Amino acid sequence: MKSIDINEKSPWQDITEGNKIFESATSRNFCTGEWRTATPEFHIEKCKQCLLCAPVCPDSSIPVKDGKRGEFDYDHCKGCGICAKVCPFGAITMREGK
Amino acid sequence: MAIRERLSGNEAVAYAIKQINPDVMPAFPITPSTEIPQYVATYIANGEIDTEFIHVESEHSAMSATIGASAAGARALTATSSCGMALMWEELYVAASDRLPIVLALVNRALTGPININADHSDSMGARDSGWIQIYAESNQEVYDNFLQAFPIAEHPDVHLPVMICQDGFITSHGVENILLVEDEKVKEFVGEYHPEHFLLNNKEPMAVGPYAVSNYYMETKRAQREAMKNAKKVILEMADKFEKLTGRKYSFFEEYKMEDAEYAVVIIGSAAGTCKAAIDHIRETTGKKVGLVKIRVFRPFPEEELAEALKDMKAIAVMDRSEMFSATSGPLGAEVRAALYQAKSNAEVVNYFYGLGGRDITVEDFQQVYANLEVMAETHEVKGMYDYIGLREK
Repeated sequence: MKSIDINEKSPWQDITEGNKIFESATSRNFCTGEWRTATPEFHIEKCKQCLLCAPVCPDSSIPVKDGKRGEFDYDHCKGCGICAKVCPFGAITMREGK
Repeated sequence: MAIRERLSGNEAVAYAIKQINPDVMPAFPITPSTEIPQYVATYIANGEIDTEFIHVESEHSAMSATIGASAAGARALTATSSCGMALMWEELYVAASDRLPIVLALVNRALTGPININADHSDSMGARDSGWIQIYAESNQEVYDNFLQAFPIAEHPDVHLPVMICQDGFITSHGVENILLVEDEKVKEFVGEYHPEHFLLNNKEPMAVGPYAVSNYYMETKRAQREAMKNAKKVILEMADKFEKLTGRKYSFFEEYKMEDAEYAVVIIGSAAGTCKAAIDHIRETTGKKVGLVKIRVFRPFPEEELAEALKDMKAIAVMDRSEMFSATSGPLGAEVRAALYQAKSNAEVVNYFYGLGGRDITVEDFQQVYANLEVMAETHEVKGMYDYIGLREK
C-alpha cells in the first residue's frame, strides 16, 4: 500500500501496520502551503541570482535550476519569511494572506 | 536432557537473554532489576554473546534506544522496575503503536509515593493500557519459560507488539530456586533467527517509522492495534503449545489449581499464588473443602471469556489485587474479573481484596481466612469486606 493510496476514507484494515511508510519523499504529497498566513513574492527584476534565499528555505520551496532560482513552490511554502529577510536586494517581499 | 540449575529470577532471565543472544540491549540500572543488565554485560565482556549493550543516561533513553534499535531491524530488549518504567511511560506507548516486537524484562516493584523498593504490581498495572502484552510469573522457572516465549510471540507477523515479562521483585528476582534450563541449541531453534520484513537499515526499501497521525488516522491505528492484541491470544497459545512439546511444561492464559471440583476460588497474579496453593493443599487435606485457584499468567490481552468459563460454577470468588488504582472501589484485576463475570451472567459472590502492597507479606493463614470468608459469603449471599486490605493494621 503506497501512502498516496491511504486517505481519510481508508478503513482501518488498510492503514499500514504502525502507520509505517514504505517510500521516500512522501512530504511532496502533503501540501503544507495550506498553512500559510503570509506569502513571499518574488520580484525577478531586482534579483541578482546570488542564491542566498534557496539554502535557508526550511521547506525546500525555492527551486534552483542551472544556477538560477525560479518561482516559489507555493504547495509547500509555509510563508515563514526567512527568504525575504535574507535577500539583500529587496527581491522578495512578504504579503499578508495566502 | 534439560539442565538442572539453581538460579535467582534475575539470573534466570539473564541466562535466557544469553541463550537468545539478542542484537541490542540498552538499559539503566534500578532495583530490583539491576542484576539483569549487569549479568548480560558480564556475558558480553566475557565474549559469550555479541549483544550490543548501550549505556544510557535514563530509562527514558533506555526505551527510546530500544525502540530505535528495533525499528532499525534489531532484536532489542531492556529491563527495568518501578520508577524506571514510569520514566519510560511515553515510550511504552510509542513502542506499542509503532508495532515493534520489543521485550521488556520487568521486575515488579511498588511505584514511589512513599518510596519503597519491594514487590507489588503498581508499575505494570499502571502500564496496562499502554498496548503491551503482559505475561506474569509465579516462580523463577515460569519467568525463564515466559522469557523464552516472549520474542516468538512479539515477532509473530499477526502480532508485532511489545511484550512485558513480569516477575515479583525480590520474591522471585532475588530468591534462588531449582530450575530446569533448556539446552542452548533448543532455545536457538525455538526462538529462531529474527528477519524483520521491514526495517530502517534496509537500503532497498526507504521507510519512515512513527509518523504524525491526525484525528483522521489515529482511531484507525488504535483499532489495528486492538486487532493485533486479539491475534496475540491465538499466538500465545500456539507458542505455549510449542513450548510444551519442547519441555513438557504446560502454559496457557492462566493456571487452574485444584479447580476441577472447586466451589471457592481465588484469582491472583504472581508469586503469592505459591502461598495460596499451600493454603489450598492444607484446607483440602484437613477439611476436604473444595477450594481452588486461578493464577493469571496473561493479563494483556485479557482472557475475559476463558476466565468466566473457568469461574462460572464457583459459589464465591476472591479477586486479589497487588496494586491500588484509587478508584475508591476495585483494584485493576478485581474490576476486570468482575466485569467478565457480569458479562457471563455469573451468580458467584465476588469480593475484591488488596494484598502485598509495597512488599507486605501474605501468609498461608491469610489465604485460609480468605477461603473462610468466601464460605460465609456463599452461605449468606452477602459480600462483607469488599475492597478490604489483607494484613492491614487497623483499629
